[in-house]
Amino acid sequence: MTKKLMLGNAAFARGAWEAGATVAAAYPGTPSTEITENVATYDEILAQWAPNEKVALEVAIGASFGGARALCAMKHVGLNVAADPLFTAAYTGVNGGLVIVVADDPGMNSSQNEQDSRFYARSAHVPMLEPSDSHEAKEFVKAAFELSEKYDTPVFVRSNTRLSHSQGVVELMERADVALKPYVKDIPKYVMMPGMARKRHVIVEQRMNDIKEFANSTELNKVEMNDTAIGVITAGVTYNDVKEALPNASVLKLGMIYPLPAKTIADFAAKVDKLYIVEELEPFFEDAIKAMGIDIIGKEIFTLQGEYSANMIAKGILGKQIDSRDAGVLPMRPPVMCPGCPHRAVYHVLKKLKIMATGDIGCYTLGALPPHEGIDMCVCMGASISMATGLEKARGKDFARKLVAVIGDSTFFHSGITGLVDMVYNGATSTVMILDNSTTGMTGHQDHPSTGKNLKGDVAAVIDIETLVRGLGVKNVRTVDPFDMKALEVILKEETAREEVSVIITQRPCALLPQVPVLPALHINDTCTSCGMCMKLGCPAIERHENGMWINETLCNGCGLCVKVCKFDSIKKAGE
Amino acid sequence: MTNQNSKDILIVGVGGQGTLLASRILGNLAISQGHDVKLSEVHGMAQRGGSVVTHVRYGSKVFAPTVDAGSADIIIAFEKLEALRWIGKLKPNGKMFVNTQEIAPMPVVTGAVAYPSDIEGTIANEVPGTVFVDALSMAKQAGNAKAVNTVLIGVLAKHMDIDKQAFLDAIKATVPERFLDINIIAFEKGYNS
Repeated sequence: MTKKLMLGNAAFARGAWEAGATVAAAYPGTPSTEITENVATYDEILAQWAPNEKVALEVAIGASFGGARALCAMKHVGLNVAADPLFTAAYTGVNGGLVIVVADDPGMNSSQNEQDSRFYARSAHVPMLEPSDSHEAKEFVKAAFELSEKYDTPVFVRSNTRLSHSQGVVELMERADVALKPYVKDIPKYVMMPGMARKRHVIVEQRMNDIKEFANSTELNKVEMNDTAIGVITAGVTYNDVKEALPNASVLKLGMIYPLPAKTIADFAAKVDKLYIVEELEPFFEDAIKAMGIDIIGKEIFTLQGEYSANMIAKGILGKQIDSRDAGVLPMRPPVMCPGCPHRAVYHVLKKLKIMATGDIGCYTLGALPPHEGIDMCVCMGASISMATGLEKARGKDFARKLVAVIGDSTFFHSGITGLVDMVYNGATSTVMILDNSTTGMTGHQDHPSTGKNLKGDVAAVIDIETLVRGLGVKNVRTVDPFDMKALEVILKEETAREEVSVIITQRPCALLPQVPVLPALHINDTCTSCGMCMKLGCPAIERHENGMWINETLCNGCGLCVKVCKFDSIKKAGE
Repeated sequence: MTNQNSKDILIVGVGGQGTLLASRILGNLAISQGHDVKLSEVHGMAQRGGSVVTHVRYGSKVFAPTVDAGSADIIIAFEKLEALRWIGKLKPNGKMFVNTQEIAPMPVVTGAVAYPSDIEGTIANEVPGTVFVDALSMAKQAGNAKAVNTVLIGVLAKHMDIDKQAFLDAIKATVPERFLDINIIAFEKGYNS
């Protein structure tokens, strides 16, 4: 048996491969992205990026109906987008196994909220498993496919940032030989209109009762009896923190987290003196177990926010305080737009023209931070465009003359298109800026419908953004290189002044893409007056020192944007 | 509050400096020594020039993938300010290896706050015996400023009870072929510093 150190997300992918899956679809989203990137490395699986999570899940549902084992992975907020097909797929059930991996982000390392996806399992009546390390990530995906076909239901596997982005030792196994199931036309099962859905709902409830029984017997849930003074019920990555903090405690580790194993929990509770629930985010287990009439301690001592640690658990349960050094108050180091980033130029011009922007989800959200402070609001994927429409409705057409919506290319495909349709249809007049950097940047450079490549790296059809936007009925469409800041300034003035919807596409590839050349670092000569104009760009490579400005040669990629803003011609190429 | 049987290493730096590769080298090293291993990495928004920390834990059995406050046996810092920021993770008798490179964070770049003065003095006072190295200069001598990570692995190797060859094998198992030569030179520079 081969053992390998594997990222949690790579292990989820390996699990799908070992389970014999043949279809996978997803939209990138931290911390789930690498699941589908890894799936794509297996030749036997047709893996694809979809424009958004709803489309991805629908592709997976179709594949399942068609008899294939299908995987769909997403981040927690992606599940909101995919919620519509989810709730009804719970009614239709499956043909080939259908597994949805959803990755939460406690602590919001790379997300806009801290929602707890377990509630989706309960409200959609879809079973959910939660592994605690890379090896279990692989094994639980396989178990999920088995459950899916046995009980005719989609099955969730829940991850989180810490599991998805941790590496652990995984035992590799062979791929199961799973044949494509026959497709049989079955209208009462697959066509969800009221008369048929009512009958399916009865089946859903019967199925959940069967799975509740299964939960009490499955080895996915593990009881580890030790000292019975303290008992802990926990799941997922948090189980590991409990084991570090309380090596002598008795533990019920839940692997199937919905539906809960009522009998297993009651038996465990009866064997220990004091029972604790340790779960990150919401009191999902706690509320359910309290409703069983069992006395437990949970959120009275543990927070609803962020990630847990062994120290936190030891302090909460044992009252143990761990001493550590105090670094004092230090300058923060927030993430920044990279040197050479095309978005920097956009925010520089917007600030100069005192234009307000609604923002969206991507690298350009970083434009909200100093020195640009260039976006006023950011809620979810695609919201920049629709919020601009709402702002104009609330405050009038004059307000829209100094208002733009800023959205990336991949995010525009994800859910910006419908907002733009709404603008055209309802006569909104503000300006949409599509920051086209030829990639899905923040999640680590995934292709999308206008990059000309698919997830497998093959040549794909290109959906031209300008043609698409014109096709939606937008008459005023301008495309410009954002590094031509003079042209961008003129275009922005013209288009925001116009009492019609306009779209400005700023086109320049992400500085980190392999096709973008890294030029030699620039330097500042002694004609510099330390006026600070270049500092307004917020480039991490330019620093102010006691004796003037200085370019950090290890960070500068020679993009030359600072050369354009310097009034004294003091910034030079190597050798100049 | 992590289990006493494990060795806990924290690698801290600035997004883009290559901390991830360093942690993967140490992960492969620990596996080659027959240990159970867990690594915790940072992907996504924090990689864009933010403060990043990766965790490496190994031992006979490792549960948590992260190193808790007051638990790290070793901190390897790719940048001085980040070394100080994460000092609370170190055990009372833990050891630090610090690259003396300075990277100004945005609040310093914009002039809102100053980069702290005499970080080396502060750290030396808090953690006597801390090893300070100019890994950036050594990486440049090796042929690529990005090889700071293998220079620091070299510095670490000199202070650990694991065979030097095992470190070299772990580098070979982790670093892409085309960058291997420079990284081996960088490792040797760190090891011999």
